Amino acid sequence: MSSNYLNSELAANMVALRTIVYREIRRFTRIWPQTLLPPAITMVLYFVIFGNLIGRQIGDMGGFTYMEYIVPGLIMMSVITNSYGNVVSSFFGSKFQRSIEELMVSPVSPHIILTGYVTGGVLRGLAVGFIVTMLSMFFTKLQVHHLGVTVLVVLLTATIFALGGFINAVFARNFDDISIIPTFVLTPLTYLGGVFYSINLLPPFWQTVSLVNPVLHMVNAFRYGILGVSDIRIGVAISFMLVATAVLYGVCIRLLVSGRGMRQ
Amino acid sequence: MSTALSIRQLTKTYGNGFQALHGIDLDVAEGDFYALLGPNGAGKSTTIGILSTLVTKSSGSVNVFGHDLDKQPSALKRCLGVVPQEFNFNQFEKAFDIVVTQAGYYGIPAKIAKARAEQYLTQLGLWDKHNVPSRELSGGMKRRLMIARALVHEPRLLILDEPTAGVDIELRRSMWSFLTELNQQGITIILTTHYLEEAEQLCRNIGIIDHGRIVQNTSMKDLLKTLHVETFLLDLKESLLVPPQLLGYAAQLLDHHTLEVQVDKNQGITELFRQLALQNIEVLSLRNKTNRLEELFVSLVEKNLAGAVV
Repeated sequence: MSSNYLNSELAANMVALRTIVYREIRRFTRIWPQTLLPPAITMVLYFVIFGNLIGRQIGDMGGFTYMEYIVPGLIMMSVITNSYGNVVSSFFGSKFQRSIEELMVSPVSPHIILTGYVTGGVLRGLAVGFIVTMLSMFFTKLQVHHLGVTVLVVLLTATIFALGGFINAVFARNFDDISIIPTFVLTPLTYLGGVFYSINLLPPFWQTVSLVNPVLHMVNAFRYGILGVSDIRIGVAISFMLVATAVLYGVCIRLLVSGRGMRQ
Repeated sequence: MSTALSIRQLTKTYGNGFQALHGIDLDVAEGDFYALLGPNGAGKSTTIGILSTLVTKSSGSVNVFGHDLDKQPSALKRCLGVVPQEFNFNQFEKAFDIVVTQAGYYGIPAKIAKARAEQYLTQLGLWDKHNVPSRELSGGMKRRLMIARALVHEPRLLILDEPTAGVDIELRRSMWSFLTELNQQGITIILTTHYLEEAEQLCRNIGIIDHGRIVQNTSMKDLLKTLHVETFLLDLKESLLVPPQLLGYAAQLLDHHTLEVQVDKNQGITELFRQLALQNIEVLSLRNKTNRLEELFVSLVEKNLAGAVV
């Protein structure tokens, strides 16, 4: 294959990637009252009720006020639900309306399709995370202890859940199927993932059980980036996230190439 | 002239065991305007689905302008524009965005994509609706939007799966002239339609598919030549109570003013009119009972059905 051909293929794929990402951004900003506003309101309620009212009764946790302690977890929770929710609803919506066929008949490579959808999910996760972070400033002072870890962890987490949302959307056959995983899997994992408490408060048996919850690793790694404290080893958490990203990416590509749920 | 599309021994068996295609062979020359006809469930949409990679073939080969579907799917897709039977665009997007986005999938930079979107939406009479969400467009506008979308990357082969279904006659005729113009510019067109008058008027060559097999593949001219008998309806000036005796013609009265006559192609209608004139029967107008292609189509499909039953 000539280098000219490869260059033109690469250039065409980059245009296609930009197109998919731009379309995804256009989608979630067009429906901002459904995508950006609700998490902002929910998180403000968490800050007021858990952080302010109940938190005052709880006192310090891990050497920080309760509000300071839960802010990283709440930011992460909004990143997780929104990056997942964006991809699952956008991709399933495309399948439902059959507009996914526009992509399937075009020469866009599966890697570009996946990267486009995942980038859209990550960007919505980051946008909501940013909004929640700004809102948290009204309730507490936020200092970033380790910027590199913070950025890496938030990007990896958003990517992992965007990939998870993609798998959910591929297998989903109706709208119920795209709400089952968030309701019965994602929400319990997030609530039990150390957003509101340190696992050191749990009995040893439940501490060990909690370690298999992937959200615990993400929340603690992010909390380490912001506050400098973590219930688990940061190296283990980041390694786990890197492996999870690679495995999920591989699964998504296989699904796309096979055309599951898209080709007959 | 080179080959635009070459299909060899194409088969498709769906997961439920239904065999939609039984090893079809098909060639469409570059620049052709080709009609692919067949009754519902004959295999037309499966064939088009395989070409556009929305359906995975079971076996056989597909080649578009020398690009093999298995080996060079990306190059093949760049040559191909597909207008599907059902609306398959995002109903919440604006018409303009749909066309520009599709261009982006083909790697066309935004500036060129926007210019082309304007050009095709204008040509198809949709420019004044370019900022309207697609769900608010009428059925005919949605069909034209899909044509604009399929053309935006300037394909060499355009496949239209019933593009005029549900479109009023005025709009259908304007779409015919638009498609003819595209074909004259060198774009090879494959058309499936249930309006046989449309196929007869537009297409030079024709393939008829039935039960997953190509039962006819020839030029429109040659196919129409095989039609031995045509049925005409004659509107009579005076009312008749019994059908007239017409030597060599089978005739029956549909009502007192309408006479149906079967005319063998070797006989012609001059003799028919001579005999009617001798009997002082005045004819106000004459028309075909059905479209000529329709008569052939029905007879071919019925013959194939009879063969399948046996």
